Amino acid sequence: MARLIRMDATGHSTLAEWATQDDAAFEAALDEFRTQLDLGYIGTVPEGPGKASQVRELPREADLVILRRPIAGG
Amino acid sequence: MNLSGASAPALPELASVPWRERTDARWLARYGRWWRVSTALYTLPLAVGSVGMVVLEPVTIPVALATAAHAWMIPELYAFRGASVVRPKGLPGGSAPYTRPAAGTPPNTAEAVAQGLLGDLLDHDARERQRATGLALEPGELGTWLVGEAGALLIAPGGRRVHCFCVRVPDPELPPSDRTAHLLLALRTDEEGFATVANHAFCGAPWRVRRRLPKPMRPALDAARQQARSPRSGDCAA
Repeated sequence: MARLIRMDATGHSTLAEWATQDDAAFEAALDEFRTQLDLGYIGTVPEGPGKASQVRELPREADLVILRRPIAGG
Repeated sequence: MNLSGASAPALPELASVPWRERTDARWLARYGRWWRVSTALYTLPLAVGSVGMVVLEPVTIPVALATAAHAWMIPELYAFRGASVVRPKGLPGGSAPYTRPAAGTPPNTAEAVAQGLLGDLLDHDARERQRATGLALEPGELGTWLVGEAGALLIAPGGRRVHCFCVRVPDPELPPSDRTAHLLLALRTDEEGFATVANHAFCGAPWRVRRRLPKPMRPALDAARQQARSPRSGDCAA
């Protein structure tokens, strides 16, 4: 089961879950993903040690998609 | 994994600093040299002046000592600023610095959840080290990184120079481990972009920074230096 999570004040929140073959669940996750992007979150997919990718569309085949806030120089 | 929605490995945050040159290995080496020269420019005159005073007029020893102290203190203050980028910043809404809960004490719930996610992003050794020191060790192309809540240290290949970067998530409600996870994911997405977005706070010898780090964090710097000395580390030595 793939998960869309958002890092927030609670630690993190699971916003959606979907299985690759479950179109309805994936569509719901896609809507949630786009809503979060509109709110300023950035989609990131961890890809094993030392690697991650930014995504602008929700990848159906990913196991985990993490929404994070933009960073800035301190 | 070939992701259908994946974009080019460039941080979107780079759009907020369009005037900055991309921070690559060459930039870091150049900046390191500049930092060394500038340090010499403001310390050598004071050091030489203090010696000169004593040679020319021994009665000026007290003034010479004060001048020599300035020559020593100014780089130390810069190193303090560098080390401060990874100091614990505290829990949301509280002014006290965050400290790892002792065994048997109930942890802050949000932080415990965030710690779990951060732990999932790290391998076993890095996870244990992060929990003990508050710093996540991350090997990169530019060197070995130590990522904290609001900043990161980059130990250049060879382990003889450390760059301190001030970079944060501008959301005060996030628990400390989530802040670290934000920085870690951004770093993994685009290492040079991460270094470009971050503000460079200090560059110098690791021992200077180590002295100014909280004691629990020092083993992380030692481990990062050791890793940076290994041949597998990047090749951007200045």
